[in-house]
Amino acid sequence: MSTSTTPSPKKVNRLGLEVLNYKGSKTTLCAGCGHNAISERIVECFYELGVEPYKVAKFSGIGCSSKSPAYFLGMSHGFNGVHGRMPAIATGAMLAKRDLLGLGVTGDGDTASIGIGQFMHLVRRNLPLIYVIENNGVYGLTKGQFSATADIGSKLKTGTLNDLPPFDCCALALKWGATFVARSFSGDKKQLQAILKAAIAHKGLSVIDVISPCVTFNDHDGSTKSYSYMKDHEEALHELDFVPFFEDIAVEIPEGEVMDVPMHDGSRLRIRKLERDYNPTNKLSALAALEEAEAKGEVLTGVLYVNTGKPTFLETLNMTEEPLATLPESRVRPPQAVLDEVMEELR
Amino acid sequence: MSTLEVSPAEPSSGQSDHSVINDFSIQVATVNGSGSQTANTVLMRAIFQMGIPVSGKNMFPSNIAGLPTWFTIRASKHGYIGRRKEIDFLVAMNPETAREDVMKLDSGAAVVYDEPLKLDALRSDLHFYPVPFDKLVGPVCPEAKLRKLVRNMIYDGVVAQLLDIDMQEVRKALVKQFGKKKAKAAELNWGAAQAGFEYSAKTFTKTDPFRVERMNATAGKIIIDGNAACALGAMFAGVTVVTWYPITPSSSLVEQLIGYLRRFRHDADGKATYAVVQAEDELASIGMAIGAGWAGARSMTATAGPGISLMSEFIGLGYYAETPVVVFDVERVGPSTGLPTRTQQGDLLSVALLSHGDTKHPMFFPKSPEECFSMAIEAFDFAEQFQTPVFVMTDLDLGMNNWMADPFEYPKKPIRRGKVLTAEDLEKLGGFARYKDVDGDGVGYRTLPGTNHPAASYFTRGSGHNEKAQYTEREDDYIHNMDRLAHKFETMRRHVPAPEIHDAPGAKIGFIACGTSDYAVRESCDQLRNEYDITASYLRLKAYPFTGEMTDFIRRHDRVYVVDQNRDGQLLGLMRLELDAGLIAKLRSVRYYGGLPLDARTITDEIVRQEGK
Repeated sequence: MSTSTTPSPKKVNRLGLEVLNYKGSKTTLCAGCGHNAISERIVECFYELGVEPYKVAKFSGIGCSSKSPAYFLGMSHGFNGVHGRMPAIATGAMLAKRDLLGLGVTGDGDTASIGIGQFMHLVRRNLPLIYVIENNGVYGLTKGQFSATADIGSKLKTGTLNDLPPFDCCALALKWGATFVARSFSGDKKQLQAILKAAIAHKGLSVIDVISPCVTFNDHDGSTKSYSYMKDHEEALHELDFVPFFEDIAVEIPEGEVMDVPMHDGSRLRIRKLERDYNPTNKLSALAALEEAEAKGEVLTGVLYVNTGKPTFLETLNMTEEPLATLPESRVRPPQAVLDEVMEELR
Repeated sequence: MSTLEVSPAEPSSGQSDHSVINDFSIQVATVNGSGSQTANTVLMRAIFQMGIPVSGKNMFPSNIAGLPTWFTIRASKHGYIGRRKEIDFLVAMNPETAREDVMKLDSGAAVVYDEPLKLDALRSDLHFYPVPFDKLVGPVCPEAKLRKLVRNMIYDGVVAQLLDIDMQEVRKALVKQFGKKKAKAAELNWGAAQAGFEYSAKTFTKTDPFRVERMNATAGKIIIDGNAACALGAMFAGVTVVTWYPITPSSSLVEQLIGYLRRFRHDADGKATYAVVQAEDELASIGMAIGAGWAGARSMTATAGPGISLMSEFIGLGYYAETPVVVFDVERVGPSTGLPTRTQQGDLLSVALLSHGDTKHPMFFPKSPEECFSMAIEAFDFAEQFQTPVFVMTDLDLGMNNWMADPFEYPKKPIRRGKVLTAEDLEKLGGFARYKDVDGDGVGYRTLPGTNHPAASYFTRGSGHNEKAQYTEREDDYIHNMDRLAHKFETMRRHVPAPEIHDAPGAKIGFIACGTSDYAVRESCDQLRNEYDITASYLRLKAYPFTGEMTDFIRRHDRVYVVDQNRDGQLLGLMRLELDAGLIAKLRSVRYYGGLPLDARTITDEIVRQEGK
């Protein structure tokens, strides 16, 4: 793996690691599945930013999306838990080892149906975690049932109609107090990369709802989660670039056209204006924009909201800086004198 | 005003003839939310301070204020601290239950009661002491709104006078109860206790036989509830992540743990060496604890039956993915919501086999605060050593009642973190396979996330996996892994705490029990010997999986009575799963499931019935 002595012909990142070091095992998802594209973006982003793989912990629930952490960052620990409860596992692991970079991958069934409660509380806590929802509006692994983000009026192969409106995970996360909310499309390579990189730099919870078409069960005409629908109806809020902290590019930007959001680690999320004026630090305008887009049948993508000031869950707990998991006995078992003191009080 | 109304047909005349010293139970019947807990604790503590073995059991409703509650204090010179069915001395403060409380008493019992209740008309074979509480409380508590709370302290004074409890011990207990910060409240209550004492002294001629005499059987002992003892055990075990959801009767375990952690587990810079998170439900609390255990923390949660049901799925993941976690189950009466404030050993079977598929989990059965402390520490070591969820099974009786105990012993052995490979280990080994049985004990080696080595990572999953933690649906991989897990369970069998055995010479019958059944079983053994000439041996289980000692014990006896505090004989059922038919044929069942702490007489009567005596 090391390339220190002889010059390597291979391309490496700032840690000297090749992109190969960020890959996982071969995917077992369907060819053309949006999730595979997301896995590729994750590999690229972690490689390009030079994140130490051993410092990353991957978490997932159950479903097609939740299988995918096996397909990227093979040198990182991963925990594929139970359906809808990835947030609990991630929370526990981050409590134990606060120096980890947590990456959660989930689906719309995992998050919006069975796991909506845990999702809600995860958002409320602002756990430091990248939370990617691979949203295809359908249960793939159990062969095509509706999830809570399925379109109203959509039809199963059996003829069953979905009578219920979909949850908008971004709008819900905004309402619950999320500090980073973005929506993207698995087919939008550049935008998804910028969002994932910004999420890596964000110190709190990043909720990223990625429309990720299911080629087997939900890519048909009439589905709002199909490739063709997204090609026609994706409405980007802005053009995104990510300037990592280790790249000091000072280019003069014309006033009013570009906004730089400084991230916790010194990186910058560079937002270039398209048609509209959109300020991603205003929660109300984010909610309004989502409502308007929904009414027009558009899928609004980009960084909807970012708040870099709110303390994370781990910061509110007043824990020691060192990870709790590896504190030595001398710091976790009080001395005999403490036991004696307590016993005396109970006499 | 009131003159003593002695029942005409009194059974025990004059106290001098046959005094009953240090061997009776007092029951105080009040309404919950009336502040009676303080008065009751002070009374219990005063007796304890006089050196007399004592126990206190609170029978309270699942309610904040206004429903009946009973507190029973048992003083026993023999050291029996289990519940006693018979009440000798009743303090009747609750108009709603007073009549029934009095009618249930055995002949010869004494009754201190609120005068307007006129209970003396109900029976002629009891000793009645009417006290005008409302009249007495006015002068000692000028502030009207506090009277409801102070009123109860008056009966402490009356009872102290009637039972010869040293008032200086009452005062000492009061000061202890209120602490230095609430000296004013302590003084107010002391005034009330004195008023009760004086009233009793000048009004009553004692006719009942019950009284206390100083002993020296409690020197050096402490009074503590099992939940606090578990909490202390967890803290000295070095717990680092505590995730929980409130549920009776386990809430006070975590609440007291939080209190101790705040006092004793902060670094010099004020930073905590622990995290406590109140989760949104039990699904989350166990999930967080498992996530933390996976990442290397000493993690725990505490719950009761309904929480156990909710945790079922995650416990299966913990078992199969092999993550350490400690679960304290303070059992209460089920099924469903059941009787939330009553005690039962109702979760034994469900916990042993919690979750779908083939799962088995180790359980520890503490019977006392001392064992709550030591077994909590052992449970954390055990969970990491065997990389699996470990259950510490207590119950409401142990968890929420006050118990006399010996001071806890500081752990002698260092913390055991189990088989965890560091980056240096990996450098030497070159790699590892997470679920490979390298040492032949069924326990693989694990790495923690964040280990800086290219070979450190593995993928944890609840789906089928091979030795390298890779996904598999192969028949041979699956069977191989499940057999290793079974083998690991067999290794645990050799490492769980061994049972405590009392072999009675020549005994044909034996008892097997666990946890708080111990007090009633031991007292019952004495009753059987003294009253029926039946000798019985006794084996107290301290853990599941059961050990060879249990099998040998059954072999040595003709009949073995398995004592269960549940309807279906769950402990017996669990034994049936492991024993061969010949031994199963020797097993008999003794069950109690009324929600109160098990008492000796219930067992004794049942043995006599089954033995045909």
